[in-house]
Amino acid sequence: MDRLVFLLATGLARGLVVALFALSLVIVWRAARLVNFAQAAVATVAVFAAFAVTGATGSFWAGLGAALVSGAALNAAVERGLMRRVPSGSPLPGMIVAIGLVMVLQSALGIAFGPRHRPMAAPFDERPFVVGGVPLLSPYDLFVLIVALAVVGLLAWLFNGTSLGLQLRASAAAPEVSRLLGVRVPRMVTLGWALSGAVAALAALLLVPTELGLNAHSADLLFVHAFTVAVLGGLDSPTGALLGGIAVGVLVSLVTGYLGAGVAPLAVLALLTLVLLVRPGGIFATAQVRAA
Amino acid sequence: MTATRPAETEEAAVRDARRPDPRPARRLTPTQRILLRAVVLTLLAVAATFLLDPYRNYQLAVVAATFCATAGLTLLVGLTGQLSLGHAVLMAAGGYGYALTVNAVAGAGLDGEGAAGAARVALGLVGALLASGAVGGLLGLAGARLRGPYLAGLTLAMVVALPALTAQVPALGGDQGLAVPFEGVPGALSRLIVVEQWHAWVAIVVAALAVTPLAVLRSGRAGLRMRAVHGNEAAARLSGVSPARVKVGAFVASSLAAGLGGAVLCLVTQSVGPGRYDLAFSLLLVVAAVVGGLGSLGGAAAGAALVVLLPWLVDTVTSAIGVPADLEERLSGNLALLVFGALLIVVTLAWPGGLARAATRRRPRPARPRPHPRGRTDATASPARPTER
Repeated sequence: MDRLVFLLATGLARGLVVALFALSLVIVWRAARLVNFAQAAVATVAVFAAFAVTGATGSFWAGLGAALVSGAALNAAVERGLMRRVPSGSPLPGMIVAIGLVMVLQSALGIAFGPRHRPMAAPFDERPFVVGGVPLLSPYDLFVLIVALAVVGLLAWLFNGTSLGLQLRASAAAPEVSRLLGVRVPRMVTLGWALSGAVAALAALLLVPTELGLNAHSADLLFVHAFTVAVLGGLDSPTGALLGGIAVGVLVSLVTGYLGAGVAPLAVLALLTLVLLVRPGGIFATAQVRAA
Repeated sequence: MTATRPAETEEAAVRDARRPDPRPARRLTPTQRILLRAVVLTLLAVAATFLLDPYRNYQLAVVAATFCATAGLTLLVGLTGQLSLGHAVLMAAGGYGYALTVNAVAGAGLDGEGAAGAARVALGLVGALLASGAVGGLLGLAGARLRGPYLAGLTLAMVVALPALTAQVPALGGDQGLAVPFEGVPGALSRLIVVEQWHAWVAIVVAALAVTPLAVLRSGRAGLRMRAVHGNEAAARLSGVSPARVKVGAFVASSLAAGLGGAVLCLVTQSVGPGRYDLAFSLLLVVAAVVGGLGSLGGAAAGAALVVLLPWLVDTVTSAIGVPADLEERLSGNLALLVFGALLIVVTLAWPGGLARAATRRRPRPARPRPHPRGRTDATASPARPTER
């Protein structure tokens, strides 16, 4: 029982990180109708920037800022430099370009930093609180939880409560009409990409201290999990991303705790296959069709 | 056939055209033409093995095995528009199917040389087909209901989960994988060729067996149906084509070819394990298909050669110019990946059609323009962004 509570609590914290990353995929999808397969590589580059800045200044917060800025800048550059030139009409070229970008970024990181995992210290204690004899969340988990919830809330407010959010949504939903109404659609699309890059970088930065350490492939699994979440919730639905993220996080945590870490990827694959076969529309998806 | 006789008038030409072909024996159906070409190319490749040293022949065998997978992938992506990032898993399925079957029949007494060896390899190939067909069928069922990013993500998750699967299922031998018996040169040939050359022969023949059906499929009705489904699914359905069946069929055909490739690789390297079939390799297969030109089998062959030989070339060059050991270790693998990633981006953005397009442009064939993925995307792309968004 104690173990279950502990696993559920850690699963919740991990799940929120996955949800954040999935949210970043949802933002790009809403802005450009494209699953950015390069998101994990971009986020890893941003975490390397954070690592360098933290190493130079000694401040975790400076590193956090560096990750956000570099994630946003990199994704904006990707959109301006590459994705804008991709022929529209078929999702294929965009995906292939993104995969090429993954290869370029990851191998560049591999050449620059080698295959070794660099340990990254968490800014807070990672030993869990013990409440009534039951180990629960660690202070770091709590920090992750608060940051994730705050970012989700902030994004919800941005998209639903501000004029900028309205323009972002409008240019994604109906670019021609939005352009006629005076929305600068290309700028909004770039902004969506930048926003998503910052969120992805944040998610990866929160994840890395709890994992083996930082190397070029640190965020690969995060991407697979987040993609599962996005499929679970539907790529269009931020609420779906949040709930799906928690579901996947708890699942991974429970499977890892009871069956061993080796089974977790299989559990995620099984979940993904099941959802795609039984409910390809996603559990929380809106009317959007994803299968013809 | 008619225009070479100046004395005859136009009338004669018309008469000739109306008349049933006077020399039917010379005319080949498209299928016969493909089979003929396959036989000629196979013989040429087998002849070429005599020009190569053993290590080159080993590389040729690996290229042939990779070609099986890239041919399947290029057909799948180019014709039906389904992007699979998991063809390495299908190759692995073929490899494991081969290894399990071969080990089983070797354990059952079929462990000799000569005819027993041939039977063992043949049964192993059947096992590879069954395994890769089963995995591919399941994926195809998922793919038939999905499009674009969803299928790509599912196959990506499969590649990532492969090491976990082999670690969890004891029969698959964990990280080490499975070893298979060594297949030596048959007695009659053993004075003529060495084992690497023999393996290259086997690989070439299996590649021919894997790719020729794909070429036949592509040139026939099935290929037409695939293009129809890719071009416009609703219109295809209205014309009586079932998109789901076509997509599943394409996926299975593509998986079978990849599975044969995996089996050959298992035979040549005498083992199959999860290490070889990682995400990077899976992406390399995509690179080969894209750089070669989506939908083009010749391009797939060139792409397979590229992704097998370039990493080796890079390693050779970096060790030859004597970079520090630390840097060499970092460059190994990564530098080739960097080049491939850049190629993928450049080819997609600036040079869609890849090597195959470059080849056809140099010697244009106005009489029978080859159907090309470029033409199709142009036809389906609307000037504005798609309205479904």
